Amino acid sequence: MNTIKKLLGYVWMLIAPCIILFLVYEAYDKISKAPATTQPNVILQWVIILLIFTPICVGFFIFGSYASKGEYD
Amino acid sequence: MNQEIKQNNIAFVIGASSVGTLIEWYDFYIFGMLATIISKQFFPADAGVAALLSTLAIFAAGFIVRPFGALVFGRLGDLIGRKHTFLLTLILMGGSTFAIGLVPGYATIGWAAPILVLILRLLQGLALGGEYGGAATYVAEHAPAGQRGFWTSWIQTTATLGLFLALGIIILIRTNQGVENFSAEWGGWRYPFWISILLVGVSVLIRMRMSESPMFTKLKSEGKTSVNPLKESFGQKANFKMVLLALFGAVMGQGVVWYTGQFYAQSFIETVCKIDFIQSRNIMLVAILMATPCFVLFGWLSDKVGRKWIMLIGMLAAVLTYRPIYQQFLSISSAQNRIDKIDLTKTLASPVTVKTDSKELTKIYVTQSFDTVYTDGAVFKYTKTDTLKLGATYNALMPIDSLNPGLIISKSAKPNVVIEKTMGNAAYWDMIWLVFIQIVYVTMVYGPIAAFLVEMFPTKIRYTSMSLPYHIGNGVFGGLVPFLGTLIVEFTKTTSNPAGDALAGLWYPIGVASVCFIIGLVYLTNKIDKNVMD
Repeated sequence: MNTIKKLLGYVWMLIAPCIILFLVYEAYDKISKAPATTQPNVILQWVIILLIFTPICVGFFIFGSYASKGEYD
Repeated sequence: MNQEIKQNNIAFVIGASSVGTLIEWYDFYIFGMLATIISKQFFPADAGVAALLSTLAIFAAGFIVRPFGALVFGRLGDLIGRKHTFLLTLILMGGSTFAIGLVPGYATIGWAAPILVLILRLLQGLALGGEYGGAATYVAEHAPAGQRGFWTSWIQTTATLGLFLALGIIILIRTNQGVENFSAEWGGWRYPFWISILLVGVSVLIRMRMSESPMFTKLKSEGKTSVNPLKESFGQKANFKMVLLALFGAVMGQGVVWYTGQFYAQSFIETVCKIDFIQSRNIMLVAILMATPCFVLFGWLSDKVGRKWIMLIGMLAAVLTYRPIYQQFLSISSAQNRIDKIDLTKTLASPVTVKTDSKELTKIYVTQSFDTVYTDGAVFKYTKTDTLKLGATYNALMPIDSLNPGLIISKSAKPNVVIEKTMGNAAYWDMIWLVFIQIVYVTMVYGPIAAFLVEMFPTKIRYTSMSLPYHIGNGVFGGLVPFLGTLIVEFTKTTSNPAGDALAGLWYPIGVASVCFIIGLVYLTNKIDKNVMD
């Protein structure tokens, strides 16, 4: 079980930056596709989402790092 | 005798803590439930979805500040004590809720209205962030060892009962006042905000009679309270890793299951299935009432079999069944699935009504309703409104039809069609059961979680340490379920499928709950910490 915990730790460390990159890509995509009239609203939505989820993803990365070092064994 | 006094004392502790927490939840929910009206009253009416999203953004902002409230009041609770801190949060919440009910609409004071509402909403979020951790900690620190799950589960019922109270009061006022009076600038939608001050007043009086938590009092008398709870909670690896585990292995999944079952379900039934306002809320009320005892049941059970498996089974069940459940909502309320049930003898069209625009006298709205009655008792009402521009000022004697073709200069390309469905008895109960199942999942993940969190952290930094993961999990992950759900559905809309995939919004809670389930399964222990005085 401890090996699984450690291996999964690397998975969480990998997923965390992927989520941030995915969100940044989606934000860019949706903002560029939004019509001029609704663009400010779309920008606001994505800024909020990125501001909230970036620190959470950092926390998720740290969680993965702890797990990979056997802190939860 | 001593045992009896202890039981009476803990019953008072539970009652006084729960009533205050219930009122805080009530205060917080009425805003979300009245989002559509608030959106019209406080925000410039550009477009339906944009206005709704802006309100939901404020809704989310309320949730986003919850973690900050957890830090501010959690720290205070670990420094000066539980009792005074959650008394303060109650007053802050009650005051800001009452004040929201006093803010004039955008039509009267312009941009000051949304700005004031936003500030008050942020204060509500801040207060809520400090309340729950205090109440849960306070009750858990009074509860006898081996019964912590059972006693704290009463606190866990408050969030759902707060929702129940908010729904009930809104329905009562709206039914008595009628839609127009309820939705007016100074209409009945403000009453739930004003009622709050009475509820909070009573609760403050009760809470003032409470004494401080025995564990905190002991710690304080020994001079062992924390000097810097924030540093000890998040600056020390031994505790911080438990904060992260609590968030990603339990609360994150619990948050999305909670909000999907109790908020997304209601929003889906009303805006996607188009079930009538009152009936959609009645469905929620009955389901909530039936499922609420399960909080106590699962809290009690968690004392016997451990917290982990109850929470994880609830999460897994949600992941596996959300899509079939919501597909069933669509199927029950679909007009296509009931074509063979139309009762032609009762299906009728209402007379045409014409209303002049309040600003442009040559602009009129021509409305007609069509009621499709089904043999199972369901009634689907389609109200079609055409906007016409006339060559002259409208008067009631003008025939608005083919007899007077020269009068109409232009007509809206697409009529505005409002659909309101009232389900027959069998379909109504089917919907109640579908919501009930989701709320049972909520009770499984939420019933034992207060005891689970309390047992994870030491007394001197418990308020701070358990409040932050709780409010990130519920406030951020859970609170954003309606917002992100709506957004994801918007993304699936294409020219070939303008309605989008109605079930796409579920991928967010399903994804979050799945990851949380795996983390909980692998990293959490099922062991109950009997001694929380550490």
